[in-house]
Amino acid sequence: MRQAFASVRMKLDPLVCACRMARQTAHLMVGLQDYDAYAAHVRTTHPDIEPMDRATFYRQATDRRYGGGPGSAFRCC
Amino acid sequence: MTAARSHLPWIALGLIGAFALATVALHRGESIGALWIVVAAVCTYLVAYRYYSLFIAEKVLRLDPSYATPAVRLNDGLDYVPTNKNVLFGHHFAAIAGAGPLVGPVLAAQMGYLPGTLWILVGVVVAGAVQDFIILFLSTRRDGRSLGDIIRQEMGATAGLIAQIGILLIMIILLAVLALVVVKALVGSPWGMFTVAATIPIALFMGLYSRYLRPGRVGEISVIGVVLLMASIVYGQHVAESPTLAPLFTLKGETIALLIIGYGFVASVIPVWLLLAPRDYLSTFLKIGAVVGLAVGILVVMPEVRMPAVTKFIDGTGPVFAGSLFPFLFITIACGAVSGFHSLIASGTTPKLIENETQARFIGYGAMLTESFVAIMALIAASVLDPGIYFAMNSPAALIGTTPESAAAAVSSWGFLITPQDLTLLASQVGENTILSRAGGAPTLAVGMSHILSQLIGGEALMAFWYHFAILFEALFILTTVDAGTRVCRFMIQDLIGNAVPSFRDTKSWTANVIATAIAVTAWGYFLYQGVVDPLGGINTLWPLFGISNQMLAAIALMLCTVVLFKLKRERYAWVTIVPTVWLLICTLTAGWQKLFHPSPSIGFLSHARKFSDAAARGEVLAPAKSVEQMGRIVLNDYVNAGLTIAFMAVVLAMVFFGIKWIFAALKADGVTANDAHVQPAE
Repeated sequence: MRQAFASVRMKLDPLVCACRMARQTAHLMVGLQDYDAYAAHVRTTHPDIEPMDRATFYRQATDRRYGGGPGSAFRCC
Repeated sequence: MTAARSHLPWIALGLIGAFALATVALHRGESIGALWIVVAAVCTYLVAYRYYSLFIAEKVLRLDPSYATPAVRLNDGLDYVPTNKNVLFGHHFAAIAGAGPLVGPVLAAQMGYLPGTLWILVGVVVAGAVQDFIILFLSTRRDGRSLGDIIRQEMGATAGLIAQIGILLIMIILLAVLALVVVKALVGSPWGMFTVAATIPIALFMGLYSRYLRPGRVGEISVIGVVLLMASIVYGQHVAESPTLAPLFTLKGETIALLIIGYGFVASVIPVWLLLAPRDYLSTFLKIGAVVGLAVGILVVMPEVRMPAVTKFIDGTGPVFAGSLFPFLFITIACGAVSGFHSLIASGTTPKLIENETQARFIGYGAMLTESFVAIMALIAASVLDPGIYFAMNSPAALIGTTPESAAAAVSSWGFLITPQDLTLLASQVGENTILSRAGGAPTLAVGMSHILSQLIGGEALMAFWYHFAILFEALFILTTVDAGTRVCRFMIQDLIGNAVPSFRDTKSWTANVIATAIAVTAWGYFLYQGVVDPLGGINTLWPLFGISNQMLAAIALMLCTVVLFKLKRERYAWVTIVPTVWLLICTLTAGWQKLFHPSPSIGFLSHARKFSDAAARGEVLAPAKSVEQMGRIVLNDYVNAGLTIAFMAVVLAMVFFGIKWIFAALKADGVTANDAHVQPAE
């Protein structure tokens, strides 16, 4: 049973992967990074620091994108 | 043997492209399938990508797969994040794709579809995509520094300061001309005005929702926003037909201009999450959707191009914009062939996210090819219209009058037969009172898109919906640019004044914020208002000025690339950037010179000023002025425009001077002198 399950998941994997990538692309188009990737990154590289929560992360990302600092949105013509 | 065989499919592709291009170029007669243009473009892109961009990647830049990019070295999960190349391609394309490639080709269609098509294809392959690619590479090698910073680093502080002032001036003209496109699209159109106005409460709702209710759920709130937008388009028809509501949203150009100026100010001082960010979501996704929709429409409907290959207006007498094919075609189609603005994007967020520098080829060169394809589609959308319709929509009232009868007579006398009934029928089909003299590109593109999309979905019944959908998506997109651009201008002004008064740099200071925003809004608002009251429609004057400034920025960026190639001791390959730099310098300086000194008042600012000041001296009043005082204001406007043109030319000539100086210094030096993050071996 478990094996059948695993094989179904294997088949679905590319689909799940494509969906995740589409979602990530859409987010990055408006300048938002992936929160889960960020949290995972902080946990592995800085185990002593607690990552920001989701709301703070998106708030900061929005402010940074239009705030004129590094990485601010420079809309094109 | 196998190596040679691997080229065979590409040779075949090249032959197909050459055949399609020859068909497009040599065809004379009634009409030609738009698909020929699409095939010619796609084959050109694929072959150029396969060979030319590979040559640049391997020989000129020597991209190094083992080089640790800033995203890898400085990974913080926030600003520097190694990102999948397909995801990053989407990000980069969304950032470079703006209203420019949609407007320029539509205006250029007055010379026929052929000159525009050829320039878009040649320009992107040898200039636009090269610039985007190399600047992305340079910035990646410098921790994702901005264009201004790289110029300062490689060409000295003075060159950096001059470039910074140049970029600010270009921003101001860009914002004015884009806002003018929106004004032109919304004048006397209650339906359009209502839907655009409705985007403000919709965006505010989205902003509050994603701030307080469901932070970070971009997909969810964007879907809600798009549904509300579609509802506002549908309801807009009711507004346009209502005797009580329609007058509220039927506004004159001057009023709309003042509203946009006021909006620009308010929108850039309130918090970004409230209005700007949600509008950005809507406009980005709507634009991607509209571009994909248009591509599908063209492929499925396979419309016929009815515009002649070349019209008589290549001689410079065209009603849409004045000036002959050279240099003005190359100025009019800026984005889509080569756009200096992209150098600011390619040195913005993308270099901080790139996983491996070899991907700069796919992202930098590839995304620009895609943008160029958007320009080709805009050109097709304008060219599938009956030429009579196209000219009636894009010629100023000063030339064709204000009634369908006068417009039909004038346009027919140019050789593009059209009846007054055709013009009124189309206006009613798209739900407008009139379609005459709607220069600026957006309405023409909207009619072209509704022509194509209604054949795909909905037929004639949905023409008005598609028209207003296209107007809304362009207006929304441009207003987001106006909003974000005013903010960027504000920071630049704060930074420039900060050179003298350091406390002005504090971005948290409310006083500095309001003063700098007011300066920014007044600057572009001045040009916007001037364009709105211009009897020739404003686009006539401002679009060439914008085109000149944008191409000059491209020349500056390519000049920087050239300097760095010399500093890397790769002068053997420097022609890759020298050729487009020289071409852009020739075009922009000639165009700038003509805008200043051309004897025809419709082209030269100074002769226009002379015409009005002479008339004023004789006590005559020329349209659009209604008094001698207004005559004086028109003369002043001409001098301001002339001054700005001189400023652009001075900036670019100064950069040429610094460029040549640094090239000679690099030639004299013994080794590599570029400020690369890791020095590469010399030749």
